[in-house]
Amino acid sequence: MFKKIMVPVDLAHADRLEKALACAGALASQFGAETIYVGVSAAAPSSVAHTPEEFAQKLSAFAKEQAQRHGITTGAHAMTSHDPATDLDPTLMKAVDETGADLVVMASHVPNIADYVWPSNGGTLASHAKASVLVVRDS
Amino acid sequence: MTETSDETGQGIPAPEGASDLIDTDYEIGQDNIDGNVGPFGFDIHNPVFLISGLAIVAFVFYTLALPDQAGAVFSWLFSAVTKGFDWFFLGAANLFVIFCLLLIVTPLGSVRLGGADATPDYSYIGWFAMLFAAGMGIGLMFYGVSEPMSHFSSAMGGTAVEGGARTDWAPLGAAGGNEQEAIRLGMAATIFHWGLHPWAIYAVVALALALFTYNKGLPLTIRSAFYPLLGERVWGWWGHLIDTLAVFATLFGLATSLGFGATQANAGLNELFGVPVGATTEVILISAITAIALISVVRGLDGGVKVLSELNMGLAALLLLFVLFVGPTVAILTGFVDYLVAYVQYLPALSNPVGREDVNFSQGWTSFYWAWWISWSPFVGMFIARVSRGRSVREFVICVLLIPSLVCVLWMSVFGGTAIQQVVQDGYTAAQDAPLELKLFKMLEQLPLAGITSLVGIILVIVFFVTSSDSGSLVIDTITAGGKVDAPVPQRVFWCIFEGAVAIVLLLSAGGLASLQSMVISTGLPFTVVLLIMCYAIYKGLAAERQKR
Repeated sequence: MFKKIMVPVDLAHADRLEKALACAGALASQFGAETIYVGVSAAAPSSVAHTPEEFAQKLSAFAKEQAQRHGITTGAHAMTSHDPATDLDPTLMKAVDETGADLVVMASHVPNIADYVWPSNGGTLASHAKASVLVVRDS
Repeated sequence: MTETSDETGQGIPAPEGASDLIDTDYEIGQDNIDGNVGPFGFDIHNPVFLISGLAIVAFVFYTLALPDQAGAVFSWLFSAVTKGFDWFFLGAANLFVIFCLLLIVTPLGSVRLGGADATPDYSYIGWFAMLFAAGMGIGLMFYGVSEPMSHFSSAMGGTAVEGGARTDWAPLGAAGGNEQEAIRLGMAATIFHWGLHPWAIYAVVALALALFTYNKGLPLTIRSAFYPLLGERVWGWWGHLIDTLAVFATLFGLATSLGFGATQANAGLNELFGVPVGATTEVILISAITAIALISVVRGLDGGVKVLSELNMGLAALLLLFVLFVGPTVAILTGFVDYLVAYVQYLPALSNPVGREDVNFSQGWTSFYWAWWISWSPFVGMFIARVSRGRSVREFVICVLLIPSLVCVLWMSVFGGTAIQQVVQDGYTAAQDAPLELKLFKMLEQLPLAGITSLVGIILVIVFFVTSSDSGSLVIDTITAGGKVDAPVPQRVFWCIFEGAVAIVLLLSAGGLASLQSMVISTGLPFTVVLLIMCYAIYKGLAAERQKR
């Protein structure tokens, strides 16, 4: 049903993604789909990596680790953004096109009042992406 | 299978080439605390966020509770700093210019920010618009007419000596009665204050931060440039102190100029449309500017700040071309070359740090300006650094030092030159006699379509404030998040509103704005030491990059 699954990951908070990662892994093995992990970083050093290059390496390592854990085929797709705090939505939209994914599995928090002002990234992607989007709540 | 941008042509700029990462155990964000306030997330550096926030509130309260005492203390401090350390400011600024020029011609200039193969984040136009709008846009609006006019008038007046000391405000030896020479000297003095020196000050800070962030892998915050000097201690209290001071100078610098800007914009609106002058209008103006800045920071660097900066530069260029063609075109164009020559000719004398006879000018104007640019440099420098990845050091210095200086010469020649020609040729002295905030509009009144151009002038003033306010909020947010550029958006919203609120509170208190502005300018003194250390750090950092290649 699905050939390529895109999973946006925040490497700084990978611990909060367990449920979405497990879900993506299960779907990928069910459909024999390739899973692409997408990470977005700024060019400036962050808690994850000092350079965009190092960030891409860490994302690749993460993808390989997921491949072993779930027994699936994985890939990594790193993106840079000038201002990730505000540009995450358009960057992820671009990633959907670039990876050619037909399903996005994405972790998101339980909505609260702030979502009326700043919709969650998962919510925005579900509203605008052409691919199917599965938003996995973190609770 | 892994896929990076070299396959897709987008995303991560493929391997960035050799750079000399600093090996430190410090992890960006390790001192941060994160969580939620109500529904809003935060991720802030402990203790820089809290200390700078609380210190700002404390200073505002002190100024409000004891206005006379605070005013006296800060104006004493201001005068002691600009008068007592004029030699230090002038000497240091000369060093910054020489240092930058050397970087262009030495092999160190070939080092690329972001690694040997990095590609620029922004096009020339977007980059240039942003660094200009943050750096001095607003000043050009207010001083483009008034400063050449002031120096021209005082130079014409000649020198006056009382008790062995000069009491006039003319630059150097003045040009008593010699109209042509007074114009040249006045323009040279103005260009001196807006040309190479201020941009060298910005370039030093920006280069230090860009180098230590993009090539050395340290967080994007002021303290990182001190790594060669302080080593790991930079992550402790030394670093906290440096970052807090930078936040302090940036927020108060922005808030006080926002407050003054509102009073000046109000005067302009009154002149044009009869809008009443008073606290109500000014508070509305500050709120409106803050609201637009808020939209801009929430839209982010590309969608907000860059768009507004480009819009503003476009409008400013239109106004410049309009005045150039409708005004005394030939006089302006020949003036441009003549003033540039005058600048070079007078530069050694104007920048001489010791033994000056024109004390009022060298202390009251030059020393004041240098302290002012330097107190703004953490903010402007950090913003320039943020958008300059991928440029080589030589390209960076040429574009941050030489091109903006030339644009300033052109701007001053067009606006100041036109106003001076109005006095000299037509005997029209309205611009000469008007108060600072109205000089530009009085000059425009003499040209056709004054209604439209004045409106464009007002819009430019307001949007230039927005572009300072939004980029300032981004900078403060990054510093108080320990160098994280992806901290939650509510944080930058907080700083943007906080800055507007401080401006309003100070505006409503008698003398609050002036006394805190004196304090901000006084922070130029410690930052001059900071900048000198940065020059050393840049040299060390670039030399290490060269060896790595």
